[in-house]
Amino acid sequence: MKKLQNSLYITRQGAYLHKERETLVIEVEKEKAMQVPIHAIQAIYCFGNVMVSPFLMGFCGENGVHLAFFTEYGRFLGRLQGKQTGNVLLRQTQYKTAELKPESISRNIIAAKITNSRSVLYRHLRNHGENADVNQAIVQMSSSLRRLQKRDNLDSIRGIEGEAAAFYFGVFDQLILPSVGKGFEFNTRSRRPPLDRVNALLSFLYSVVGNDITAALQGVGLDPQMGFLHQTRPGRDSLAQDVLEEFRAWLVDRLVLSLINRKQIKANDFEIEVSGAVKLKDDARKTVLVALQNRKQETVKHPFLNEDVPIGLLPHVQALLLARHLRGDLAEYPPFVPR
Amino acid sequence: MMVLITYDISFDDPGGQRRLRHIAKACLDYGVRVQYSVFECELDPAQWVVLKAKLLEIYNEDSDSLRFYMLGAKWRSKVEHHGAKKALDIFQDTLIL
Repeated sequence: MKKLQNSLYITRQGAYLHKERETLVIEVEKEKAMQVPIHAIQAIYCFGNVMVSPFLMGFCGENGVHLAFFTEYGRFLGRLQGKQTGNVLLRQTQYKTAELKPESISRNIIAAKITNSRSVLYRHLRNHGENADVNQAIVQMSSSLRRLQKRDNLDSIRGIEGEAAAFYFGVFDQLILPSVGKGFEFNTRSRRPPLDRVNALLSFLYSVVGNDITAALQGVGLDPQMGFLHQTRPGRDSLAQDVLEEFRAWLVDRLVLSLINRKQIKANDFEIEVSGAVKLKDDARKTVLVALQNRKQETVKHPFLNEDVPIGLLPHVQALLLARHLRGDLAEYPPFVPR
Repeated sequence: MMVLITYDISFDDPGGQRRLRHIAKACLDYGVRVQYSVFECELDPAQWVVLKAKLLEIYNEDSDSLRFYMLGAKWRSKVEHHGAKKALDIFQDTLIL
């Protein structure tokens, strides 16, 4: 049986990686910080100013170890492609699965999305007391989730997703505390363009996190444009949109709610264009990105790996799990559902 | 599977230091040093054959001793650690630096 190997994430700036006999040595300021046997490592992800010796690069290429580079903030820069053909097989499997049986991955992702959205509602009830409408939405979403288990065609999976999203966004307005004042009314989800401030915040953050996910998918050698749940369309990162579903509520929606409810973002942080489109001002955008960056540094216990992982690395972990599922190492794709 | 490797290398003859160094390096190639002369190596059977052959080639039959403890694949339930210097589980711990 194939052994699931580990991934190494280097976020320390100025680190130097080199090969010493059969081991990988990581030096920070000329000090050995870690030495591990290379055979335990499947992937090395370097963020920002990380140096890799030519011998180690050669070794990675020769042995099919993933070596990918990202900016310090996580944007994908490039990855080392060895002579190995494994990568084409992975993409081929991805395309075949997307065409022939995208249902199981899609269903798992949507189940996670509904569960995670429902958790946002539960959390509101816990923190702010009972609310009949929110309760009602939770009941309806639970029923969507039960019906989802029996669906095995893509259209009805999408249908249940839409229905659950309608229940969820139907009460989203009530998650914004009355004390924040005017300007943050939310009626319905609108995009292209977002027509109110809440939608503007949601859209902005969804796209930032979506880019992180694209980067992570490219890092493991998947094609971010070929999705399972979302239809392929030129220029759209459909697979990234698929994986984003798991993170929307738990990462973005919660962040948006706390930015608004804690008054870190105010009504005058937005400008309204003639077309009715609402946009974040530059300064406010910075506030939002700083908040996201801080959140990305917190760690959570990954329920599948049972390991503490920084939130910023979760897209990479999910991309890896997806690749492993497509390669046949995992029977099902385990989407991210925090405990 | 997990193999626990321990050794005692005699320094009585001049080659002792060299053997000790070489044994330690060979073990490092495949595993994690948990104490000075104790290594935990998680290997597949093929890697174990290679490592074992290397070690047996380096050591001196008359003066040194090598001990291999085969802990199998379910070794995690058989190992307990107390105190300082907790060893890294290279296959399972999240490796972030």
